[in-house]
Amino acid sequence: MVRFIVRRIGLICITLLVVSVVIFVITELLPGDVAAMILGKEATPQSVERLREELGLNRPAYERYLSWIGDVLQGNLGNSYAMKLPITDIVGRRLRYSAILAVFAFLIGVPLAVATGVWAGVYPNTKLDRLVSMTALVGISVPEFVTGLLLMLLFASTFHLLPSSSIILPGVNPLTSPQILIMPTLTIIAVLFAYIMRMTRANVIEVVRTDYVRTAILKGLPMRQVIVKHVLPNAMLPTITVIASNFGWMLGGLIIVENVFAYPGIGQLLLRSIENRDIPLLEIVSLIIAGTYAISNLIADLSYAALDPRVRLG
Amino acid sequence: MMVILSRLTSIRQSIINTLSMILRTWSGRIALPIVLLHLILAIFGPWLAPYSPTEMPASIEEFQNLPPSPQFWLGTDQYGRDVLSRVMCGATSLITTAAASTALGIVLGTSVGMSSGYKGGRVDEIIMRIMDGLMSFPTLLLALLVLFTLGPSRINIAATIGFVSMPAIARVVRSTTLSLKTMEFVQSARLRGESTTYIIFNELLPNVMPVLGVEASVRFSYAILSIASLGFLGLGVQPPSPDWGLMISQSRRFLVIAPWVALAPMGAIVSLIVGVNLLVDGIKQASGMAREKVEHG
Repeated sequence: MVRFIVRRIGLICITLLVVSVVIFVITELLPGDVAAMILGKEATPQSVERLREELGLNRPAYERYLSWIGDVLQGNLGNSYAMKLPITDIVGRRLRYSAILAVFAFLIGVPLAVATGVWAGVYPNTKLDRLVSMTALVGISVPEFVTGLLLMLLFASTFHLLPSSSIILPGVNPLTSPQILIMPTLTIIAVLFAYIMRMTRANVIEVVRTDYVRTAILKGLPMRQVIVKHVLPNAMLPTITVIASNFGWMLGGLIIVENVFAYPGIGQLLLRSIENRDIPLLEIVSLIIAGTYAISNLIADLSYAALDPRVRLG
Repeated sequence: MMVILSRLTSIRQSIINTLSMILRTWSGRIALPIVLLHLILAIFGPWLAPYSPTEMPASIEEFQNLPPSPQFWLGTDQYGRDVLSRVMCGATSLITTAAASTALGIVLGTSVGMSSGYKGGRVDEIIMRIMDGLMSFPTLLLALLVLFTLGPSRINIAATIGFVSMPAIARVVRSTTLSLKTMEFVQSARLRGESTTYIIFNELLPNVMPVLGVEASVRFSYAILSIASLGFLGLGVQPPSPDWGLMISQSRRFLVIAPWVALAPMGAIVSLIVGVNLLVDGIKQASGMAREKVEHG
């Protein structure tokens, strides 16, 4: 097991390295001169040249990459071009806000989806299963921004129950005003639920068909026990991978959901940095999002291995 | 010539077989009319639309945000344009861009996955590590970064979405290739001294096709979703094009006073994706049925 963990963590380091190179290459290929962009239209060629020198833009690309990644590894994230603030100050708060959304959506959505999926999978092709499956199919088909705007239309514009935007004023803790979290969380849950429920259902149906489950039923075990002891552990294995990859989807979905509700999380920050062509900020935010995804995949792999001896020994 | 002809007939036969099999599943029966309607819109939408999708009336105030009426069935938007015409014309660009990106993703993914799986060894290891690296990006983030660099245009969007879907397709094709490689008919072709090109095109490719069919339909549905999302975020098709995602994004400011401007493209996009996903379900069930038929004689 230890060897497995060490190898996995080694792989994650390589992956993160590849990710950082990709981000650097993409943002460096950018057409347009960063220095000219910062100084605006009235800048003289001399001042642009001076700023290029100052920012180190005249050095070769690999040298700049090495110094950038070295700084990042030492926790020195640099300054945002557009906001003129240290990136560490900007990112921390945004990250916390996004984490609040993600954690709420996950804590509510995943157990709900797994429970419904198991139930639908144990009784497939009944009327209720058809209904749940149809709902889930619609769930994966509706883009997040449509769900979000429909909720807004319903709860904010028509019934005036919830605030239509989730702007957080500086110094306010979102946990003290939970009403702004409801609609963004619901939007994320809608898609999350649909994906995980469909996967769980399919896996449960497969496991229920196996001989060992039939044996368990035929030897007279109560259905509850068959499900908890035989069906669940085996059906959950592939489901875990789906949950992890959904975490990655959710990070992308967060970008849209935060945009719909003007929620000041990491996704909004990403869009803002794209809008402002704020390269240092864009690089760090992308790295954080991709890194979170990689680590969630690592956690999935490890829990998979913990549950399945074939993976950790083979 | 005869060979090509007989192959064409066999392809037509297999398409007819697949279609009839899809029609035997209930999701396929619901899906086909929806998808057909969207395809008709995509081809004939611009001719059928009663008004121009982009032209604004001379006096915008007079026609701004009008509710649905016999004259404008789905109302008008903030620039006084007919919402129905805009929705009808939006299908073309969305469906063609999604189809182009899917085709690109399939071609890229198949070439990478098949050559990687067939070659094996160190090359395979390196290629798959790179694919893993690409897959460790949330797709929307990667698409946003690439489009940010290339700038939004329809070709760039199709290229980006196609590129982003490549690693997942490559992975599926590779694993299929790995299991095909050890089979007798491939081994015997190799022993006969056939060239690698021959083996890839005549032995491997036809057998990867069923997997590719399912994969392509899944990717097509993702592509629609991604393109609409990019449009919504303003990094996709640019105004004044009648793009559904963009229309929904622009209608946000008027959500309270003119909800129809948002609801019409929402209905269009949701029905299209529901239709495609149902079709995917139908195709999966149909290919499952086909497999059972083979297995049971």
